Amino acid sequence: MLAATIKSRPIYEGLRLDGRAKRHLVAAEGEGALAVLDMLAGEDAALARATLLYAPGGSAGQEHGAKLAALRPDGFHPLPTQPTLLNRLEVILQTATMGTRIYVAGTEGFIGKVVALAQAHGVDPQSVRTEHRGSLARRVQCVHCKGMTENVTASPFVCSHCGLNLFVRDHYSRRLGAFQGVCVDAEVPGEIPPAEELFR
Amino acid sequence: MSGGIEIPVRVVEIEQATATVKRFRFAPVSGEPLPPFSSGAHVVVLMPAADRTIRNAYSLIDRAEDGSSYRIGVLRTPQSRGGSAFMHEQVTVGTELKITMPVNLFPLVHAGRKHLLIAGGIGITPIFAMAEELRRTDASYEIHYAMRNTSSGAFVDELRARHGDKLKLYRDDFQETLAVDAILPNQPLGAHLYVCGPAGMIEAILEGGREAGWPEENLHSERFQAPPTGEPFSVRLAKAGIACEVRGDQSLLEALEQAGVDAPFLCRGGACGQCEAAVIEADGELVHNDHYLTEADRASGAKIMLCVSRLKGRELVLDL
Repeated sequence: MLAATIKSRPIYEGLRLDGRAKRHLVAAEGEGALAVLDMLAGEDAALARATLLYAPGGSAGQEHGAKLAALRPDGFHPLPTQPTLLNRLEVILQTATMGTRIYVAGTEGFIGKVVALAQAHGVDPQSVRTEHRGSLARRVQCVHCKGMTENVTASPFVCSHCGLNLFVRDHYSRRLGAFQGVCVDAEVPGEIPPAEELFR
Repeated sequence: MSGGIEIPVRVVEIEQATATVKRFRFAPVSGEPLPPFSSGAHVVVLMPAADRTIRNAYSLIDRAEDGSSYRIGVLRTPQSRGGSAFMHEQVTVGTELKITMPVNLFPLVHAGRKHLLIAGGIGITPIFAMAEELRRTDASYEIHYAMRNTSSGAFVDELRARHGDKLKLYRDDFQETLAVDAILPNQPLGAHLYVCGPAGMIEAILEGGREAGWPEENLHSERFQAPPTGEPFSVRLAKAGIACEVRGDQSLLEALEQAGVDAPFLCRGGACGQCEAAVIEADGELVHNDHYLTEADRASGAKIMLCVSRLKGRELVLDL
């Protein structure tokens, strides 16, 4: 469990089945599959009302997708990448009705994107059930050029767009699903603290 | 001042809307425009009764566009503790009263994709304002309004004119029942439900929402509860060194006010949390009548809401 350091830092409380939901819409990425298996294994009534979307991400080759398929949910959508998963989720959200409970498990960047997409369809972020699994790598927006860098594990790091040296803050944007990266050597260019591997 | 700024107003119009509901139009005594409010807001009306000041919260129906008036609706309750009886019997056109600044504990969620407004009886007053705001902003909404009989639906004609077939009526005398399980299926993701009315109705609607799998974040309600009566008891304020008696027909907050204590309050109905006080000692059972404190708060015995809750015992000592 990640500790909250500042107010905007999200807290992921873990997946928990909503027994009253009429439809379970579950998005998982990489090791997030394990959280889904923990929640749904043996829950036949819930599985009969569940739609699962899964992108293997960094866990390809570990057969997580096959285990999810073996749950035999009402709908199972294995997808090659996060963007294709988000496209499919978007289509489902467009016609979803109240009584649908949304769950997401995986890396923070993935959770952030799913919660932001749900929010764009009028879903309160508080009502999305989330569980962080896998790498602590962050999705970071450079506050200077606004470019996104995925899978940031160290701070400071070099912005993949504008090349500035960025310090990774805990300040999190729900809208963007990203942490903020701020130039670390603005006052004395070149004076850069040693990079620390903080988010593996 | 604990209740916030008070605005002197004059009653400029009284309308007997039904056998039991009067609608009052308030104009500012100063002539300065009354402040705008977001729909769902209420004011506390201060009524100068012979022996005390009665303070009751009433939802605002609307505000004249130029700010020259507010309207409220008051149901004459059979078990009135003085407030609704005062409004119905003592107040005439020209009466001057004071109101507090509007406070909104029942706001619309503007990020919502659709809004289901559900009202029972006098609970229509905040719903009326909310529907108007949704109409003006071209939002998606439905109004479901339950009443005893058509003649008790004070607001039906105005609502019908503004909202057309978005208004659905449920009249007891036509054997029409508001069934929540008929309203909730197939509502789009991002829909929100708002309910105001009698306590039993609110509970049934909210429970229906939960049963339909709606998240708590999408279920909203407001209920102004009169402070329940009970046995008399004593209260002592440890810091202020003040002690007084709470009569059986009086709330703790009212007793403190009568003793000259400027205690904090906003809604006076157990909803907002403003009047929360820390309990130091209670030689009896705390009777929690609010819907603000959590189960854990209640179990701790360390907190009480002054506006509606009481002690079943001899003396209560508060950290005030």
